[in-house]
Amino acid sequence: MNMSAAPPVALQEPEPDVLEEIQHLLDKWKDKEGNLIMILHEIQNKYGFVPRDVALAVAKRLEIRLAQIYEVLTFYHYFKLVAPGKHNITVCNGTACYLKGCAQLIQKLETILGIPEGQTTKDQMFHLETVRCIGCCGMSPAMVVDGRTLGKVKPDDMKALVDDIKTIEKASGEERDN
Amino acid sequence: METLTLDTFVTKSKSDSPSGPYIKVGMDTGGIAAGAARVLEVLQEEVKLAGLDLPVLPTGSLGYSFVDPLVEVKTESGLRTVYGKIDEESAKQIISDHLKEGKLLDDHVVASRKRTNDLGDTQTFAILVKDTSCDGGDKTQFFQASFEEDFRHEGLTGKVQVVRALDMGIYGEGLVVKLLPSGVTYANILTRDIAQIVDQSLKGDKVVDHRVYAKNDPQNRVVLRNCGRVNPESLEDYVAAGGYQGLAKALKASPEETISTMKDSGLRGRGGAGFPTWLKWKLTSDVEADQKYVICNGDEGDPGAFMDRSVLEGDPHSVLEGLMLAGYAVGATKGWFYIRAEYPLAVERIRIAIEQAQEAGILGEKVLGTDFSFDAEIRLGAGAFVCGEETALIASIEGMRGSPEPRPPYPSVKGLWDKPTSINNVETLAAVPAIMAKGARWYSSIGTEKSKGTKVFAVTGKVKYPQLVEVPMGTSLQQIVFDVCGGVLDDIPIKGVQTGGPSGGVIPEQHLNTPVTYETLQELGSIMGSGGMLIMDEHDCMVDVAKFYLKFCVDESCGKCAPCRIGGYQMLQLLELISSGKASLEDLSHIERICNAMKKASLCGLGQTAPNPVLSTLRYFKNEYIAYIEGGPRYARQRKRELAGKPERKAS
Repeated sequence: MNMSAAPPVALQEPEPDVLEEIQHLLDKWKDKEGNLIMILHEIQNKYGFVPRDVALAVAKRLEIRLAQIYEVLTFYHYFKLVAPGKHNITVCNGTACYLKGCAQLIQKLETILGIPEGQTTKDQMFHLETVRCIGCCGMSPAMVVDGRTLGKVKPDDMKALVDDIKTIEKASGEERDN
Repeated sequence: METLTLDTFVTKSKSDSPSGPYIKVGMDTGGIAAGAARVLEVLQEEVKLAGLDLPVLPTGSLGYSFVDPLVEVKTESGLRTVYGKIDEESAKQIISDHLKEGKLLDDHVVASRKRTNDLGDTQTFAILVKDTSCDGGDKTQFFQASFEEDFRHEGLTGKVQVVRALDMGIYGEGLVVKLLPSGVTYANILTRDIAQIVDQSLKGDKVVDHRVYAKNDPQNRVVLRNCGRVNPESLEDYVAAGGYQGLAKALKASPEETISTMKDSGLRGRGGAGFPTWLKWKLTSDVEADQKYVICNGDEGDPGAFMDRSVLEGDPHSVLEGLMLAGYAVGATKGWFYIRAEYPLAVERIRIAIEQAQEAGILGEKVLGTDFSFDAEIRLGAGAFVCGEETALIASIEGMRGSPEPRPPYPSVKGLWDKPTSINNVETLAAVPAIMAKGARWYSSIGTEKSKGTKVFAVTGKVKYPQLVEVPMGTSLQQIVFDVCGGVLDDIPIKGVQTGGPSGGVIPEQHLNTPVTYETLQELGSIMGSGGMLIMDEHDCMVDVAKFYLKFCVDESCGKCAPCRIGGYQMLQLLELISSGKASLEDLSHIERICNAMKKASLCGLGQTAPNPVLSTLRYFKNEYIAYIEGGPRYARQRKRELAGKPERKAS
């Protein structure tokens, strides 16, 4: 079960432009049967997670209780209640990857990033998570870094992987400062 | 595409399919992850630059996951060559060497699995060579040089190419050579055979009998018939490959006849349980209702399985056609695709297929001009394993949390929005159009008496060549693992094969000769499942494997019924105790008691089958559990280090 709770936020309506987007989305799905999960998918695709104020706005407009939305959100693994990090590292924990030693990959990343699996670093830079199976069993152990699938990865590659992202971030940060 | 009518299909014969040269790139998720998208781009650029006139098209996966990304080249002469492990550089070589100069690339050719012992009357233009022995040293290069040397003496240089193959589909048979285009294959060749082969088969037209390897691959592609062949985003391609002919045939007859064809074919549900497809349809069809539904279950949740994803990505129209046939048979006018959100490419391809079919008049009011109306829509799953359970899946399509409901009433009576509903797995539906087009007798001639047809397996884990395999039912695990997939990685002795995912069990080495059918796997304490097949070697710890699967089921338990929610958790605690060396022998009997309670009292399939991995490992590998119990914490720590691949610590 998805146990991570949403941080307490003031329950107020989102910004007008966000509201407009929500209304647009609801108009598209309003007359379709079983639309709630599809609406939540579209929201998550847009924001990377389902913000609480957006969920509330949806509940109001669909005339259902917020609890009904959270009942669905917390049941399914796919939905996220908190914003993901800037860079997402997802390690596949399917059976093929498990047999090929994904546990060592996760351990290594946890050490390097200093966070347990399922959390985001304090600076919101990295989010580390495991998933069931990404279906790339032919190239196990596999992982997804910012949407890019990497296959046949080794624990020793992890340091360089994280460092590369950090270097790029640092460079773009300096560029911004100048 | 113009609007199609029933007659379009009836008058169409298979030979209408377009021929001519092409390049196809395997653009499934696995291929793309290995770099197929860039390869496609490079090939398109290079073809343009070279001023060649041939299409560069995307296609699905041929199944050879171990050599992704795959590229298939068909030249003017009609010869098709499959290349594996193609990168930017080799993609350029395909254009410069293969297309322009007619030279096959070294170290990239994946030989076709068809083998003959007949040279035919075509001249051999190339031979593929490969060292398939398992002794570690690869003698392919030496082997190639030997042939080339012989060719120089015999004046064949420049006339016949000697090409190092990437994969022959033959393993552990020494030096192998395959003659193109005839497909005559020799295996276990010794140096002295080379001269004889050159003399008799290349200069002459005789086959060297004592080295011929004519054993054909056990695979038979029914469900995967179009994967890696058609462009999954083209309706024309699918129709040219014989698509929608099954539907046209059924529409000319009647729903009853469709069901009886399915009955004669003997097709059983490929989601794992093996319920006869025709019976499911008949039960739904028999209920009187103003509205009925059919659902395609594409929520492939088993970790380590990617059969359904490959079919949805590689041949979406065949699944759509299967869903339409199901709808026609049961009297439904609406179909739903329930697909994992984790498979965005599969979702996209199905969405395109639905749109194309709507435009062509295949979906919608009056399908192909008949009285049958049908439409389809997609609903996304959101990562809940329990949604593989029919009643939970229905709740999820309705937009609610996926909690299972007690059965009966079965979905065939009271399903989606309380209407009669038939739910079929992707693989089942993809087989249906082929059965309708080719006939029940053809399909029932494949397989065993009780398990008909073919089954797709995703063979992964500690296997040399992980790939998608489609074999007739009754093929042995031994054949699948060793003949088709080349055996265990690094030639470590095999410990067992896990089938059926978290609901299945581990089949130990001594039973590998068992033919794969629904019944035999069940007798061995596993299930057919949806088709994930995990190979485990001697070093894998069965207690750990059992814990892995049980943890999965505990995480995925919806929490509705106590046996699953509490039983699973308690059992996991016990397994943790065992693997830390703190358990007693008594705990093993506790585990068995919990297993039985879960099996008997759980509400749905998830809880009922969750104990299977534990029970089957206890049945065959009890000694490993006992080793932990007797060895205590010290043994447990040492084992943990071994499993993490760290060196053994010397006993002090």
